[in-house]
Amino acid sequence: MSLLAVENLSVSYDRIRALHGISFTVEEGEIVCIIGANGAGKSTTLRAVSRLVKAEPGSRLRFADKDLLAYGPDRVVSELGISHVPEGRRLFENLTVLENLRLATFARRDTERIEADLRRMFRLFPRLEERRNQKAGTMSGGEQQMLAVARAYMSGRRLMLLDEPSMGLAPLLMMSLFDALRELNAEGTTILLVEQNARLALQFARRGYVMENGRLVLAGEARGLLENPEVRRAYLGG
Amino acid sequence: MTVFLQNLVNALQWGSFYALIAIGYSMVYSILMLFNFAHGDVFMTGAYIGCGIALLLVGLGSAGILVLPGWLVLVLTLLLAMVVTACLGMFIERVGYRPLRDAPRASAAITGLMIGIILETGNLILLGAQRVKFPALIQPVTYELGGVFVTNQKIMIVIVALGLALALHQFIRRTRWGMAMRAMAFDYAVVPLMGVPINRIAALTFALGSGLAAAAGILFGMAYPVLDPYMGIVFGWKSFVAAILGGRGSILGATLAGFLLGFIEIFVAMVFPSTLRDFIAYSIILLILVFRPYGLFGEPYSVRLRL
Repeated sequence: MSLLAVENLSVSYDRIRALHGISFTVEEGEIVCIIGANGAGKSTTLRAVSRLVKAEPGSRLRFADKDLLAYGPDRVVSELGISHVPEGRRLFENLTVLENLRLATFARRDTERIEADLRRMFRLFPRLEERRNQKAGTMSGGEQQMLAVARAYMSGRRLMLLDEPSMGLAPLLMMSLFDALRELNAEGTTILLVEQNARLALQFARRGYVMENGRLVLAGEARGLLENPEVRRAYLGG
Repeated sequence: MTVFLQNLVNALQWGSFYALIAIGYSMVYSILMLFNFAHGDVFMTGAYIGCGIALLLVGLGSAGILVLPGWLVLVLTLLLAMVVTACLGMFIERVGYRPLRDAPRASAAITGLMIGIILETGNLILLGAQRVKFPALIQPVTYELGGVFVTNQKIMIVIVALGLALALHQFIRRTRWGMAMRAMAFDYAVVPLMGVPINRIAALTFALGSGLAAAAGILFGMAYPVLDPYMGIVFGWKSFVAAILGGRGSILGATLAGFLLGFIEIFVAMVFPSTLRDFIAYSIILLILVFRPYGLFGEPYSVRLRL
């Protein structure tokens, strides 16, 4: 049984179809990526899993053998443990670093576990602890991306959805962020990543899907996709 | 000097009403991007509900069933009316605004106007056209300090208004719920991703705002004991001005702007003929806004409305 099983998912915005019945799975413990051009429907896919956009009738989404469509967006996070790092980070810049992390535990009642998770995040990203009482908006782009990941982890750590985490980051910061993500994955967080930076995503993930115009056109082991001539031509610059 | 101080006292009382109503406007606007134009009529309804509760308690007292001291009747009236009006606010949000959450903002704004008219006319149908007299709950005592007259009631009104504003400010600064409200004011679309049930935050926002409006209504009823169904209209509009003047989402801003409005109105009336009061007062505020278009304490927020 897959952790996340998406079947025939269709989504429309104002009657324009963004996803045309896509199907994919994510197994427990995996790192899976979806690559594709801007506007291919990658973010929409994550939004549908987070229940922020409506899936059309006929779509089936199952998570840990539960019907995902029966959950509202906040309960997807608080009850199923699916967290979402949105594109562009979208931190609450008017709140402090610590408040951003605490807000993510709004629905949690496991006080001791919350404190342990908080310590875990501060160990993973020591910069965040240094800046815990600083407003999130005053931090650098790299620190903000760390906070976005840490905040997501605090909200739910069973499956983490990441939307273009590399965007706007210098290569070195990007590498350290992906190292941190790999650590979290090794500790049991399953990761579904969407990226325009196809090379980076395919080097990081175990499996990948290629999305074009709202359809998944290719799937396979990330290593295989890296060597696939079509993928190389279209997404890796030849 | 005594005239000035006397007017200052009056302005503090007058500003208390604006401040309490403005806070509700400001909170709803910042958290839901919504001008709740029914808010002035919620203030009116709160005054009536408070009046009803006060009359009931006074009636029970004179019938000998439940004899309470006046101050306790006042406290109970305030608390009960705030709770009932908070429920009304949540009902308005649930029925009037939630279905329009993603609709154009103009639709939500006219919904507010319509709810306001429904509250006004509903009141007329229920109670008829004659005005209602708010019962006197505390024995008036007048103190004289160097020629300035202050009643115990005025002191009470200002203290209750300031106390409620401060309590709310602390609630928003210090609690988990308040944190969620601040987050929603900054970037509404991302809040569900934190596992926060935004419908409950929206309901809470309406409850708090409506509760404060009810408090304003009762305090107003004590100072000016004649209620009528249209009393909320002008008060609502002026408090709306105070909310904008205070700056989006700022509790302290709305409170200060409410008092500022009270001061400007009272002091303009002190210098100019009272028929010119609003003309001059609101010209001054227009000028302030020209120079501070985000209000006095406007806080930054994300302009992205969806994820």
